[in-house]
Amino acid sequence: MKRLLLAVLLALSAPAAIPALAVQPDEVLPDPALESRARAISQELRCLVCQNQSIDDSNAPLARDLRLLVRDRLKAGDSDDKVMEFVTDRYGDYVLLRPPFKATTLVLWIGPFAVLLLGAAGTFLFLRGRRGVAAGADTAPLSADERRRLDALLRKDD
Amino acid sequence: MIPELGHYALVLALFVALVQSVPPLVGAATRNGAWMNVAVPAAIAQMLLVLIAYGALTWAHVVSDFSVLNVVQNSHSAKPMLYKVSGVWGNHEGSMMLWIVMLTIFGAAVALFGRNLPPTLKARVLAVQGLIGVGFLLFILITSNPFIRVVPAPLDGNDLNPLLQDPGLAFHPPFLYAGYVGFSMAFSFAVAALIEGRVDPAWARWVRPWTLAAWSTLTMGIAMGSWWAYYELGWGGWWYWDPVENASFMPWLAGTALLHSAIVVEKRDALKSWTILLAIVTFSLSLMGTFLVRSGILTSVHAFAVDPRRGIFILVLLAVATGGSLLLYSLRAPTLKAGGLFAPISREGALVLNNLLLSTATATVFIGTLYPLFLDIMKLGKVSVGAPFFNATFVPVAIPMVIAMVVGPYLSWKRADLGAALSRLWVAGVAVVAAVAVTAYVKAGGGPLLALVGIGLAAWAFVGSLVEFADRIALFRTSFRNSWNRAVHLPRSAWGMTIAHACLGLSILGMTGTSAWQTESISAMKPGDRANVAGYEFQFDSVGLVDGPNFKAERGIFTVTKDGQRVATLEPERRSYSTTRMTTTESAIHTTVFSDLYVALGDPTQNGTAWIVRIYHHPLVPWIWFGGVGMMLGGLVSLTDRRFRIGAPERRRAAGKTGGKSAPLPAE
Amino acid sequence: MRRLLYLLPFLLFIGVGVAFYLGFERDPRDIPSALIDKPAPTFDLPAVPGQMAQGQPATGGLSSAKLAGDVTLVNVFASWCIPCKAEHPVITRLSREQGVTVYGINYKDKPEDALTWLSRNGNPYAAIGADQDGRVSIDWGVYGVPESYLIDRKGRIRFKHVGPLTPQVVEEQILPMVKHLRQG
Repeated sequence: MKRLLLAVLLALSAPAAIPALAVQPDEVLPDPALESRARAISQELRCLVCQNQSIDDSNAPLARDLRLLVRDRLKAGDSDDKVMEFVTDRYGDYVLLRPPFKATTLVLWIGPFAVLLLGAAGTFLFLRGRRGVAAGADTAPLSADERRRLDALLRKDD
Repeated sequence: MIPELGHYALVLALFVALVQSVPPLVGAATRNGAWMNVAVPAAIAQMLLVLIAYGALTWAHVVSDFSVLNVVQNSHSAKPMLYKVSGVWGNHEGSMMLWIVMLTIFGAAVALFGRNLPPTLKARVLAVQGLIGVGFLLFILITSNPFIRVVPAPLDGNDLNPLLQDPGLAFHPPFLYAGYVGFSMAFSFAVAALIEGRVDPAWARWVRPWTLAAWSTLTMGIAMGSWWAYYELGWGGWWYWDPVENASFMPWLAGTALLHSAIVVEKRDALKSWTILLAIVTFSLSLMGTFLVRSGILTSVHAFAVDPRRGIFILVLLAVATGGSLLLYSLRAPTLKAGGLFAPISREGALVLNNLLLSTATATVFIGTLYPLFLDIMKLGKVSVGAPFFNATFVPVAIPMVIAMVVGPYLSWKRADLGAALSRLWVAGVAVVAAVAVTAYVKAGGGPLLALVGIGLAAWAFVGSLVEFADRIALFRTSFRNSWNRAVHLPRSAWGMTIAHACLGLSILGMTGTSAWQTESISAMKPGDRANVAGYEFQFDSVGLVDGPNFKAERGIFTVTKDGQRVATLEPERRSYSTTRMTTTESAIHTTVFSDLYVALGDPTQNGTAWIVRIYHHPLVPWIWFGGVGMMLGGLVSLTDRRFRIGAPERRRAAGKTGGKSAPLPAE
Repeated sequence: MRRLLYLLPFLLFIGVGVAFYLGFERDPRDIPSALIDKPAPTFDLPAVPGQMAQGQPATGGLSSAKLAGDVTLVNVFASWCIPCKAEHPVITRLSREQGVTVYGINYKDKPEDALTWLSRNGNPYAAIGADQDGRVSIDWGVYGVPESYLIDRKGRIRFKHVGPLTPQVVEEQILPMVKHLRQG
């Protein structure tokens, strides 16, 4: 039933986005510093009922509730971290669009740098190898056998 | 009758595609010229048949033949003609038709213009193209037939999603698909070269124009998509790092790497197996994008209606195309002979660095986009990866890339002097310092540090690229006339590179400006109210009702003034489409060259006397798309380089390699 | 060794392909609860205004104090929610026949709509708290109605189901869990 409902909803909304007329005038805090903090936090939080949108971009009712909640916490004097913690206590790390660094996100955070390092190492070895080939072609000493054959050839030419 | 004709043509195209693939492959293996030659007429015939099918579908949409299911689901008799035509590709079935149209056009272009390709290579390239065609024609016919009829035919259709009824989005898919599918040429050339077991500079010279064409159109497609998001979604965001956006961005990044590594193959006969791999990966990422958008395995706001059967089918296609070619690669690539040697500090070295960073960037987007899926299937929990992650990981890779991009062209092939190159860049260095200082001064404190970095980077890319060009034509070091002559005789590819690199700087400028310094005002306004945003005064004059062809709209009128001087009248709309019962915002934008004034009319407030109005000032934002269009133009200018033209390799050799007064070339 | 390096892209692709295939099996919209095995949030919700209990206006709504003592099911519902109506018979049966105390949180509902809905469909809830602004539901980690939470005797959340309860979910997950928690 739920899947069916979702399928119907998806079929209706596909294939494009809903206009994101998210933040409403009555939500905006009078204090611009507080408001800009609220916006920054909202951009880090996922709207759970939407698809990969932050609550700052989404016009879903739950996103609005969470935006209001964030602003209430800020007005109550919470620090940004405290507000984030308040939300993750309820919805888990899943709401964070920038996942925290922990065991299960190790590959996510390390991955790009590992690719860069491995790539750099590979490139380095490749370049060094190529230089080795170049040097080898120029200066590798002849083996005894090659020396003999060369001498023979030179003598034949004479 | 006409839809059946289209269906029939599509079935026929499938068989022609088989003829285009199998006999030429056998012929190339047995050196049978007649069998190889089958590929040429087959490729042309396949294109014609697919065009007939596409034409039939378009006809059904244009005349609103509601006995065709695809038309019922995506069209409406009152829909404007433009969107009847663009609606053909505004749905899954039609978009796949457009895909195959592009594919066969590229295939036919090789058949028609590839006269000087070695016969076996040509036969194999066309055969591989034919095989891709077989896969996608089967896909359309089995899972996504657009010619299915409905009985009884309804009186009218369900209309196209109103968000797609927009000039920006109407032409976004053709560019995007031309880009995606264009990379199939590089792929086919790569697979053909692996079968042949030979890659040489001539091969790179044949591959590069196709890659350039694909890259240019994909650049345009992405820019248009981002522009559409900017004005249609009602608040001016232009990039969301949504999985579907990433799906188009990954082939672009890999394609950009391919574009550059192919230069090394062409000029220095090196990096051959790497370039082959990139060609395979780039097209595979395009296929993967097609898969992700249609499979529903990732959540995205842009996804097409999901049908697992289709997802499985594309996955099989992906497995055959990518898996097969990578297996072939693992067997054949080790046998490719290594080519020219070079020192780490050299043009080649710079291009290797470019490839390293672009590959890392591609991997970053890849990991971030697919990580939620990977974690979930390993039953390790759910995770969200969104814009903040990508901004935190992509930007650090992009910064050194742009820095190196400017230095690279100063380095000579084989071995270069980095110190000398940098010393010639002093003008760009001065420009960076000046730009950062001016920004910091004007913006009193300069805003976030990253914004200053962005401004510096933009100045570096733009000025550095132009300085390099000036250096090449010896501007100010010789007479202006002489410089002009040099400029005219510079290879077009040099022009293209300068344009594209400098325009990337412009895009960075736009991205930085709007991200760091946009201002907004969200308020409930009644006619007569005023709002002040970034020194502009917006007066809300009135709201009127407007009747569109298939919608009704409220249109607000805003007069914008600055210091008492009238700047613009903005007329944002809030449209209600009756058939789909959807509301869209048509924001009104006034562009000065340095910023956009942006007004979106939202919902009326509860008592109906006021409207929620969003007003934005987006500094420098138009430059994102000026830059994007410029990059595309750079690609196209490069494409006109005479060495890419038919028969050019021989003539070029005859003409010598000087950029100055060379032997006259036949005009083409 | 060198050969292996050239095989690497193929092997990586196989991994990605398998991941894509397995990806069809999963539902990306199914989100785990952060509150499993944690104490249920502290809250005190008023009754739905106008609600009657045994002929009298209901005095108390629902508060965390009520949850302790026995294994209970907390069900978040609303009259405007279509799947809620689908699960209503299942909940009624759970409460009346299968002996599980069910509490309701009425999520963002108009009181009169909620009362009409309850009188039309029956009221299986031992007590209902009206969460008009949705704040308490956020404390529970609710992201879509209906949602159901199983609470143990110490007042900890032990199980969460998102979407309408089906007889299958009740038989296979909820009842065994209730039995287990009552013993423990």
